[in-house]
Amino acid sequence: MAVNTRVRALEFLVQQKAVPGVIETVPTFRSLLVYYDPLVVGYDALCEALAELAAQAEHVSLPPPRVVELPCCYEDPELGIDLAPAAERLGLPPAELARVHAGAEYLVYFIGFTPGLPYMSGMPERIMLPRLETPRTKVPPGSVGIGGIQCCIYSVESPGGYWILGRTPLRLYDPDAAEPILLRPGDHVRFRAIDRREYDTIASAVAARTFTPVIG
Amino acid sequence: MIHVLEPGPQTTVQDLGRPGHLRYGIPPSGPIDRAAFVVANRLVGNADGAAGLECTVMGPRLAIETPCAIAVTGAEMPVTVNGAEAPAWTTLVLKPGDVVKLGVARAGVRAYVAFSGGLDVPSVLGSRATYLRGRLGGLGGRALRKEDRLTLFPAPTPPIRRASAAAIVDLTVPPEIRAVLGPQADRFTDDGIAALLGGEYEMLPQSDRMGARLRGPRIAHARGHDIISDGIALGSIQVPGDGQPIALLVDRQSTGGYTKIATIGSFDIGRLGQVKPGQRLRFRAIDLAEAHRLLRHWQASQTDVLEEAT
Repeated sequence: MAVNTRVRALEFLVQQKAVPGVIETVPTFRSLLVYYDPLVVGYDALCEALAELAAQAEHVSLPPPRVVELPCCYEDPELGIDLAPAAERLGLPPAELARVHAGAEYLVYFIGFTPGLPYMSGMPERIMLPRLETPRTKVPPGSVGIGGIQCCIYSVESPGGYWILGRTPLRLYDPDAAEPILLRPGDHVRFRAIDRREYDTIASAVAARTFTPVIG
Repeated sequence: MIHVLEPGPQTTVQDLGRPGHLRYGIPPSGPIDRAAFVVANRLVGNADGAAGLECTVMGPRLAIETPCAIAVTGAEMPVTVNGAEAPAWTTLVLKPGDVVKLGVARAGVRAYVAFSGGLDVPSVLGSRATYLRGRLGGLGGRALRKEDRLTLFPAPTPPIRRASAAAIVDLTVPPEIRAVLGPQADRFTDDGIAALLGGEYEMLPQSDRMGARLRGPRIAHARGHDIISDGIALGSIQVPGDGQPIALLVDRQSTGGYTKIATIGSFDIGRLGQVKPGQRLRFRAIDLAEAHRLLRHWQASQTDVLEEAT
């Protein structure tokens, strides 16, 4: 976690200082990919500038994180496909697994792989499970999954190896929206357990573009 | 307006792409063969970044409903206007009623069609490029369909010019693709690196705008094929457990957890993307200084690519 905070702090400094020649950056768990134009800045000069910023990254204070509330329906096995088997494997009642998962606050380390997919930490230790032995070929968007120390939310239909505990009716990636991506690196995420009726109500509002996510 | 009579197997609207969104998992997209795309735009008097079409393996059949000029570059697809053969790499001035057709590629994979004025589709996150997997940009985030209508921005008729011979690459020969070793070359055995640099690799039909899947001598890992996920650059050569390389292209995933043995220079991405399934290529290792020299040379070679047509 400390390493990822430094990665995001370094990215913040690169943006703040508008380092010449830098085109874009991609933070991940423990590294920052920096795209640059070698015709504007040489490799050695860029490395020197970044090393200087990396030293400062230890002490920089990042802007306060956003806290994003994600409604999540755990109770319906159609949405929380793996809630019951995951609970059984952990020796917990399904409702307790849902309660523990929704009770934690998660930190978005980075967004990657597919558009808008958050890699998050903050999983309570007592609900950690190894990933599925056989990944699914298709996981619906919005599916909230856990595996190892990670919690992730699928942003588009894709293959996946996480245990699916529930589904959020919000769209983490919406190509037709003015801002297609919901979550950003550094965001804090809280899940709010909802029943299937509320899931359907919010899903309809999202489709009608009348739903505003709760972001503090 | 341009009326799409036949779309071709995968024809998409592209411009020079949308950099800046990889940190949200959105790739830049844009043409795979950037140099060919730029020449097409210049032939019709457009800015380099005007939106045009990328056609894959076989082109579309288009009915022209507005006077305009077009140019076809990239893969060698036979061009006809009203059934009569027409030259590629040349400005073609068209009138309403004309029907343009691009046939099956004789060499290369991706051809580009630029239209004077450029295609008028909505700009999404600063670009008109299509990202098919993300259903973003271009024409509703999808490939062209039969009966689509494409609108052009108004533009004057450009002078008739053709591309200089130097701008036209021979796509029939197996290319040598130049790459800088790393960032995880230390995760491969010496024999593994020798396999990549010594062997011939065949382009597989599963290749797309996300990645070029190759098959050839197995590239052996030294210590497993998984890493803690990190960012994937344009041209990263990822090697999963089966030892077969995948070169990541313009619609790539932003991050991934496989070891990356080398990174292809952006100046050779277009050539790689023109290798047909079944055709072969070789890799050559270059150092960073040479890569930057080649990049400068490649960019300079694009400054003067047109001549008067005779």
